Amino acid sequence: MGCNLRNLRGISPVFKGGEQAGMAQISTAISPGSDRYQDRRQGMLELLAQVQGAEARTQAASEKSRPRFEKRGQLLPRDRVALLLDPGTAFVELSKLAGLGLDRDDLSKSVPGGGVICGIGVVSGVRCMISASDSGIAAGALQPMGLEKQLRAQEIALENNLPYIQLVESAGANLMAYRVEDFIHGGSIFRNLARLSAAGLPVITVTHGSSTAGGAYQTGLSDYIIMVRGRTRAFLAGPPLLKAATGEIATEEELGGAEMHASVSGLGDYLAEDDREAIGLAREILAGLDLPRQEGPVRPHDAPLYDAEDLLAIMPMDYRQPVDMREVIARLVDGSEFTEFGARYGGATLCGTARVAGWPLGIITNNGPIDPAGATKATHFIQACCQAGTPILYLNNTTGFMVGRDYEEAGIIKHGSKMIQAVTNATVPQFTLYCGASFGAGNYGMCGRGFSPRFCFSWPNAKTAVMGGEQAAGTMAEVQTARAARAGVPVDQAMLDGMKSQIIAMFDGQMSAFHTSARLLDDGVIDPRDTRPLLIELMAIARAGDAAEPNQMQFGVARP
Amino acid sequence: MTISKLLIANRGEIALRVMRSARQMGIATVAVHSTADADAEHVRAADQAVCIGGAAPAQSYLRVDAIIDAARATGADAIHPGYGFLAENPALPRACAENGLIFVGPEAQVMHDMGDKARAKDLMAQAGLPCIPGYQGADQSPATLAAQADQIGFPVMIKATAGGGGRGMRLVQNAGEFAAQLASAQSEARTGFGDDRVLLEKAIVDPRHVEIQIMGDSHGNAVHLGERDCSVQRRHQKLIEEAPSPAVDAELRQRMGQAAVQAVQALGYVGAGTFEFLLDRDGAFYFMEMNTRLQVEHPVTEAITGLDLVALQLRVAAGEALPITQGDINLTGHAIEVRICAEDPAAGFLPQSGHLALWQVPDGVRVDHALRSGSEIPPHYDSMMAKVIAHAPTRDAARQQLRDALTRLGVFGIATNRDVLGRALQHPIFARGQTTTGFIDTYGDELLHQADSACAAALAAVLSRLGPDHALRHRFAAPVRLNTGVVRVQAHRDGITAQWDTDQQLHLSDIRANGATCQFTLDGVRDQARFLAQDGRLNLDWRGRIHVFDDLTHAPATRGAGPASDGRIRASMTGTVAAIAVAKGDQVSAGQTVLVLEAMKMEHAHTAPIDGTVTAVNTATGDQVGTGTVLIELAPVPTPAN
Repeated sequence: MGCNLRNLRGISPVFKGGEQAGMAQISTAISPGSDRYQDRRQGMLELLAQVQGAEARTQAASEKSRPRFEKRGQLLPRDRVALLLDPGTAFVELSKLAGLGLDRDDLSKSVPGGGVICGIGVVSGVRCMISASDSGIAAGALQPMGLEKQLRAQEIALENNLPYIQLVESAGANLMAYRVEDFIHGGSIFRNLARLSAAGLPVITVTHGSSTAGGAYQTGLSDYIIMVRGRTRAFLAGPPLLKAATGEIATEEELGGAEMHASVSGLGDYLAEDDREAIGLAREILAGLDLPRQEGPVRPHDAPLYDAEDLLAIMPMDYRQPVDMREVIARLVDGSEFTEFGARYGGATLCGTARVAGWPLGIITNNGPIDPAGATKATHFIQACCQAGTPILYLNNTTGFMVGRDYEEAGIIKHGSKMIQAVTNATVPQFTLYCGASFGAGNYGMCGRGFSPRFCFSWPNAKTAVMGGEQAAGTMAEVQTARAARAGVPVDQAMLDGMKSQIIAMFDGQMSAFHTSARLLDDGVIDPRDTRPLLIELMAIARAGDAAEPNQMQFGVARP
Repeated sequence: MTISKLLIANRGEIALRVMRSARQMGIATVAVHSTADADAEHVRAADQAVCIGGAAPAQSYLRVDAIIDAARATGADAIHPGYGFLAENPALPRACAENGLIFVGPEAQVMHDMGDKARAKDLMAQAGLPCIPGYQGADQSPATLAAQADQIGFPVMIKATAGGGGRGMRLVQNAGEFAAQLASAQSEARTGFGDDRVLLEKAIVDPRHVEIQIMGDSHGNAVHLGERDCSVQRRHQKLIEEAPSPAVDAELRQRMGQAAVQAVQALGYVGAGTFEFLLDRDGAFYFMEMNTRLQVEHPVTEAITGLDLVALQLRVAAGEALPITQGDINLTGHAIEVRICAEDPAAGFLPQSGHLALWQVPDGVRVDHALRSGSEIPPHYDSMMAKVIAHAPTRDAARQQLRDALTRLGVFGIATNRDVLGRALQHPIFARGQTTTGFIDTYGDELLHQADSACAAALAAVLSRLGPDHALRHRFAAPVRLNTGVVRVQAHRDGITAQWDTDQQLHLSDIRANGATCQFTLDGVRDQARFLAQDGRLNLDWRGRIHVFDDLTHAPATRGAGPASDGRIRASMTGTVAAIAVAKGDQVSAGQTVLVLEAMKMEHAHTAPIDGTVTAVNTATGDQVGTGTVLIELAPVPTPAN
């Protein structure tokens, strides 16, 4: 972790006078004309192209079903979502890379997404969590990471008091890929639907197609159910299973069609002629609910002084190269103004306050490893933010806590623990962004996914690991060499080299954002240029969620 | 005699126009209104206002007694009738005289004489005005009329003696169609005026409509204020008027004006009036009729003379002598007026009523109107909404100015003739000043020409999905369904694309919406449009044309297949059921007239959309029905299975 802080080009805060006295405007030291800028930008654009390529494959796979859908008079899932949302409003799509590489090894051919489209969007003026089966792909069959994705979406809805809208059309689980753990774990989906309802968060479901067997409860556990004539299929057992189980012969329409449910079983509350009308009905239902629509007053604010485009060119592709994270902050916060907290103490751990769209935000980031002073300062800062009710953003750029005799003696463990204590028990919304490295306990101290930040997003270059691959390989090589020395045998250098490259490959393969995001270890990989608008939206989601007072009930809404 | 408080017995733009001059003269104003106009602009603008009855004109604006009562209640000492309604009904000046009120217009007897077309022609012939050969005898038997028509020589014009505004008027080309046209004209005259007498006139082929504005006072003075050319007409309703006439030179103007002034003096006419002439190709002019009131198109005369005709009316009505002599009157430049009417050109100029979603008036020209965004256009009155008047040194300059002003006139929610007028102003025949009264009939198809609207639909689809245009808006293609088809609207980092027909697309960026005004870069060019989405309709005003699309994005696919393809015949507008041609159980074929609705002074036939059997008749003759009311229901004739 030989990060030489002296190599950092010093960026000194410039203090402005007048009304904003005390707010320091960050001046920039990067130059778009430089080779380094262009190299980093090029590297980031290449990674972004991979992200977009993966997303495009998912869309294309779903789009392939268009002729079939159109023939049936149906809209494709993305069409449904597009028409459900209020035009031109923000949509925070979650985990677009879920399952990447889990369907096939070749990342460049893998179709991610988990078979479901999830995101936070605005419907009839109400911010909602939306979960739509991507039924253009394998008829919406449930995938393991799609299950995780829906559970995370439900968790976000519960934590931020968001109504929950499902656009269901799923062939259910693939029996050929049955896994008992998914079956058991999948029960949480239904549990969460019941919890949402009881929490006073309406669950609104359009059953666009199949919602059968266990999946039928996805429909059944909803507070408002819209069914589509001729398309809805909601039954516990379809014709083949029924015939196998009891010998009874019945058609799908008889067993679970929209008309039957709307008029006989009472499962369907609204009968739509087609997908368009069904989506329109969902919008009308939302419009009729007296849910919070106001964001509160828009606060006057300035845009950052510097172009968001530069965010493509700040982070080095090699996480070992130093970077001054003030350059990132300068492109995220109002007027590029940042009041640094304890600037002269534990300087490698940067803390400070800024405003984003007029709202205060505490920011913690790393210009190097976290040392005792940095950990102590960050702990203090987190607690001060909790006292003031200021949300905290963690911009991860750390290779971990500082090691060495001096640091151990200085109590790095207890200071690090203190920081982790503060992060864990903070009472304000915390947002995590993986900008570069997030290694070791640094990941914990910087509010990694394990610490349940409200939201956790990654830049495409982000690397998350217990340590760097070379460090891991070096560590193991040291251990092997020491063992050989103890045993008095010569070191097999070829074996050692092979082991090292194996370890490096194992660590490097798992640390990339593509790998971690595929496994739901964040909420998605974003274009760095979108960071500020996303941050504004996430802060608004958390703020509105915390201010909301849904009518909690002992039990969810039950269907007679 | 002085006028200190003036009651305006009218509504709409003319009521405001009269109030404007009154106010400048320090005269207080009183508006009268029907229940339908309680919140109208003329009521808001007046110092005082009195409700004089129900929405139908006969219950309000045509009630002399209620208007006199309103004048007494408010202490008004004069009444201005505007145009239309009671403006040419001698009962009003008579009642004014009986009640010691000043009537701003001629005395009852002159009005009566001039209102009777036959008598007017006799009197004017005596006064030396050239008249069109014709028949205006008391014998109204069809046989006599047919014989007289033969004698005059076809083509012949049939006119209701008591008529006006084109009602009860028919052009008959040959003897064969005379009987049918006569019956039709008489029927219209009977329902319209309660008087089915007609007169016959020789029809002048390709005439121009040229009229002379006059002004007379009670001291025997009279002047003419030049002519107006009102040749651009549709169904005898003027659409474009201009002054001076491209077909009148100084010498002809002098002759026509002199003739009119002589007639005024012969009549002892006091006030503003207009002599309407037909001008033939050879410069011969024939007296048609005299309008004993202020004309709709008076602003073009005001523009070129610099005079305020309403102020002059008020001064001579108060007994003053005309403050000007003929020598004081100079005509400067050229003025053109267009009448914006609530009529849907795409539906045969069907009059429109309802909610005016947007109304924006251009600057740089005179616009006489009484509207605002959100105004209701009631179905009970004339379809004219506003007049736009341009005045410039030359005819071409005025034409250009007016054409440009029309593109800047924002009108959404109500279909109008705005774009037809815009195309008429650009038409080479009009540009050359060669329009005759047959212009609209001859070039109607060109003027109505509907350019391909696919690009406009795509643009409207984009603008309908703009919202706050958040940086994080999703990048899925939203399939916006309009009545013209599906447009896929997709946001990108650098703008928004709209795609239709698989390979057609346009790209918008830098979109800035300010109210209804949108600016954007369209395929690389900065452009702008007016746009408003309201009540499921997308209104787009772009490149001089207003488009209206139905937004069916959330409608099931079964809707939007056609207005009555479900076999239900709905009222096309608010009106009164005038006739029902079918009964339950009748067989009808597609296109057959099943019901007639009377609205906005016109009859509108409703036809069967399909072959079928009448399963229900939900209305009766005389019923008031609202737009969209299901009047008649049909069950389709089963088609043979194939």
